[in-house]
Amino acid sequence: MDQVAIKKLNTPLTQEDVLSLRAGDIVSLSGTIYTGRDAAHKRLVNTLKKGDPMPIDLTGQLIYYAGPCPAKPGHPIGSVGPTTSARMDPYTPLLLEYGLRGMIGKGPRAKQVVEAMKQYGAVYFAAVGGAGALIAECVKSAEIVLYEDLGPEAIYKLGIEDLVCVVAIDTYGNNQYEIGKSEYSIHDEEDSE
Amino acid sequence: MREISADIITKAVETLCLQAAYDLGADVEKLIREALAKEESAFGIRILENIVNNIEIARREEMPICQDTGLAAMFIEIGQDLHIKDGFITDAINQGVRQGYEKGYLRKSVLADPLFSRKNTGDNTPAMIHYDIVPGDGLHIAILPKGGGSEGVSALKMLRPADGVEGVKKFVMDTILEAGGKPCPPIIVGIGIGGSMDKVAFLAKKALTREAGTHHSDPRYASLEQTLLKEINKTGIGPNGLGGRNTALAVHIEDYPTHMACLPVAVNVNCHAARYKEINL
Repeated sequence: MDQVAIKKLNTPLTQEDVLSLRAGDIVSLSGTIYTGRDAAHKRLVNTLKKGDPMPIDLTGQLIYYAGPCPAKPGHPIGSVGPTTSARMDPYTPLLLEYGLRGMIGKGPRAKQVVEAMKQYGAVYFAAVGGAGALIAECVKSAEIVLYEDLGPEAIYKLGIEDLVCVVAIDTYGNNQYEIGKSEYSIHDEEDSE
Repeated sequence: MREISADIITKAVETLCLQAAYDLGADVEKLIREALAKEESAFGIRILENIVNNIEIARREEMPICQDTGLAAMFIEIGQDLHIKDGFITDAINQGVRQGYEKGYLRKSVLADPLFSRKNTGDNTPAMIHYDIVPGDGLHIAILPKGGGSEGVSALKMLRPADGVEGVKKFVMDTILEAGGKPCPPIIVGIGIGGSMDKVAFLAKKALTREAGTHHSDPRYASLEQTLLKEINKTGIGPNGLGGRNTALAVHIEDYPTHMACLPVAVNVNCHAARYKEINL
């Protein structure tokens, strides 16, 4: 296949990093990210709505929508691929307003999420959905930092090396899900059969 | 009368849980490799290559293919001449799931209460068990660990008989377009047609247990499977939804007699990590 340049970035990302990324870019992320999925989002957003102090500082950070398998002995974590991002759509605009810099997940986002990403300067990455064992090899450390009672839905702080993702939606609203689909969709009038 | 101990069932279920989580079936893997050979989009190729690597790592390292090791959908066929001794079969199956998910370091994804507490049961039970009484004294146990992302984009509609084949096609395509990149395409699409509201949902799930890529025995339904597969792959959704030629690997339809006033249709979407294992005891 054609050679695609992979942008290496350290996490947490800077605002300049976010501004430099365009939908369709391939990035390799190294550094710190936090997991968070349905139940943790509900608690975080309830905290924000009540005006209470956030139990961890997620400003400028990336949330990875994932609930890992338990770690086997000698491993930092079990399989840990992305979960479907759309389920977090109701919570995401408020977290972006709070200061979250981006998300890693799989699948398209609601319009209000894209609008909030534009407004607050955030980026959305797609990791390979259904490749949990492969992605686990990028995770070098894992520690539960919040909501341990939620089991797989607890917030983990992950140390990652070379987690390769696609910029699915950039901070300008360009959307690879729409671009890619329109590029490869076949309409009957152009169907040669 | 043949007898079988509940302990044997528990042990078999435990083993099936592990095999299903780590070792993707040859039928599904073959379709994924064929999709990779056919794919034209650069993202699609990259994603399918990663998916193939992931299958190999999972098998070699005994790691779950996907962290969503699913609800344990179980399909049990019990011969009417078989007697189960030393325990109740449902308890034996749930104990097997409990042991398998614990010993295999599989994720426990089941919540005790769906609406209010949403508290994790901690052992991935209860399994979703479907029993079928069959002639003879055999026992067939199958597991289809079903991920939540693809389950969440599945849908059911009670069509009018007047909607006919075109109505079925439209409902399936609407469901797939709405799902887009959410369920980890390339997907396998299980479709139930007929029966009643409850029966049709079961048929859609049952369709996912069929050897991937095989067709319905009735040529009319087989043709509809092929038409839908082609249409789904024209959407451009592609691997992981980022654009490409391969949105579905297979379409499976199961049909059943229905009421003269009804045309029930259900679409149960499965991800590319379409895990399934079975055993005869």
